[in-house]
Amino acid sequence: MTYGPAVAIPGDHIRITTDPSTEPFWLAAKEHRLTACQCGDCGHFRMPPSPFCPECQSRHVKWPDLPGTGTVFSFAICNRSPFPDLPDFVYVPAVVDLDGAPGARLVTNLVGVNAEDVTIGMKVQVDWNPIQDEWVLPIFRKMD
Amino acid sequence: MTWVHQDKAAIVGIGYTPYYVRGQSYPQTINELAGIAILAACEDAGINVKQIDGFAYYSGAGAGYTDKFDTASLMETLGIPEVGFTAALTSGGGGMAGAAGLATAGLMNEDCTYAVTVMALQQYRSRLGTVFGQTAPSPENSFLQPSGLVGPGHLMSVLARRHMHLYGTRREAFAEVVISQRQNALNRPTAVRRTPLTLEEYFQSPMLADPLCRLDFCLETDGAVAFITTTSDRAKDLKQKPVYIHGSTHGGTRSWGRAFAWMGMPDPDFGSSGHKPVADRLWAQTGLRPSDMDVALLYDHFSAMVVMQLEDYGFCAKGEGGPFVESGAIRFQGGSIPVNPHGGQLSEAYIIGMTHVREAVEQLRGVAINQVKDAEFALVTGGPASLPVSGMVLRR
Repeated sequence: MTYGPAVAIPGDHIRITTDPSTEPFWLAAKEHRLTACQCGDCGHFRMPPSPFCPECQSRHVKWPDLPGTGTVFSFAICNRSPFPDLPDFVYVPAVVDLDGAPGARLVTNLVGVNAEDVTIGMKVQVDWNPIQDEWVLPIFRKMD
Repeated sequence: MTWVHQDKAAIVGIGYTPYYVRGQSYPQTINELAGIAILAACEDAGINVKQIDGFAYYSGAGAGYTDKFDTASLMETLGIPEVGFTAALTSGGGGMAGAAGLATAGLMNEDCTYAVTVMALQQYRSRLGTVFGQTAPSPENSFLQPSGLVGPGHLMSVLARRHMHLYGTRREAFAEVVISQRQNALNRPTAVRRTPLTLEEYFQSPMLADPLCRLDFCLETDGAVAFITTTSDRAKDLKQKPVYIHGSTHGGTRSWGRAFAWMGMPDPDFGSSGHKPVADRLWAQTGLRPSDMDVALLYDHFSAMVVMQLEDYGFCAKGEGGPFVESGAIRFQGGSIPVNPHGGQLSEAYIIGMTHVREAVEQLRGVAINQVKDAEFALVTGGPASLPVSGMVLRR
């Protein structure tokens, strides 16, 4: 099946909320820095960010700068608009394993590729999609 | 080790409303639908509704997706004088089969004598999967919702893709789940979808979240189903032949956890139904094996998840679910394990799993429309969903 280019979901239709556990991730994204929640004691990564390390129950966290690359773990292809006020478009929701943060994944969108050409194992690079309330959402682009 | 409460409790009554296409149950209220099902279950069991003194819910006592059951409100309107047990399994439809175990807990602890489990679903105001973007997601869901995975089918399509990648599972396998259950629905007056379906027609169905097409998604229906559970001693004196709760397990592991709302599952859990730990305990608890089951009522909100449950319950090896179903193994006619002979949630109706309990009870009473000959054991599952997922074995 041929879908054509995968596009980003229009940022003016995307909202997020934060809490004290998750806000550092989003503040870094605002500066176009990709990070993930890492235990400040044992170094275990967890996403989404949460109050405790599931390995050692520590509440200390670090927010290291990641390389911004990753690997497609799995994905779907959607070609209907999720919004009543927008016409249909092709988008690729994907689960991406983050380089430099073993075990941490992001559920995101892939762009810069025809949807039918996306494969599991494909290497991707972070890109940034401005959304509501001046937040910025990490999305991923196929690496050359 | 054998479960200490094996066969000590039984389902003695089942009641239901008609199944309606989404929205068509209006102007009945959701408590009205639930009450109709509860009263019908009492009538079926041969008890008065005033004898109910226990409530064993699942889905956090949710009534559909947006409403909540409240025991006091149901007591007020139905005239139930006193309650000694009122509890719910957490999360969503994954706990459906575990609710019978919860009822057993109340009965064996002598908190109650007749427990009711009820679910009602009504979607005239909003549909599941169309609320995307209307409200801001929670901080946790802000790591999921912006991806545009707008509903459960979209979320599970990502799991199905991983399964296809790891094991070579084909869309033909998902098609077989859909087509076999449609075949089972053809002669059912209660089924919403009753026209024969070919493989060609399946492949013409529009993709909603590739690799899943519209026909891989279950129905959107309204209605209510309730069942009454009591002790086996009391059950002997009632109107119907008891259907014994031979085993019931719920729960699961952290590696499945919030599942497709999380997407952090390692392989092989990612491309699974999350049921394996619950299934392993169910077989240990009953001393039975998959081959002992005469019929399986597998939670079929999305076709691909039936394939993965067949693996997790051990009807076939991990990764072999695709070839297993494609061989015709789940067919009512000629299959080794008839799956959802009522047409399931894909073709009959979707009341968050409860239609499966109704079918299991009818199979074990010997009165099902597509009756499996001499059915003695029925497997019923709830989920795949965020924990808990659940399974039970019912015995005639």
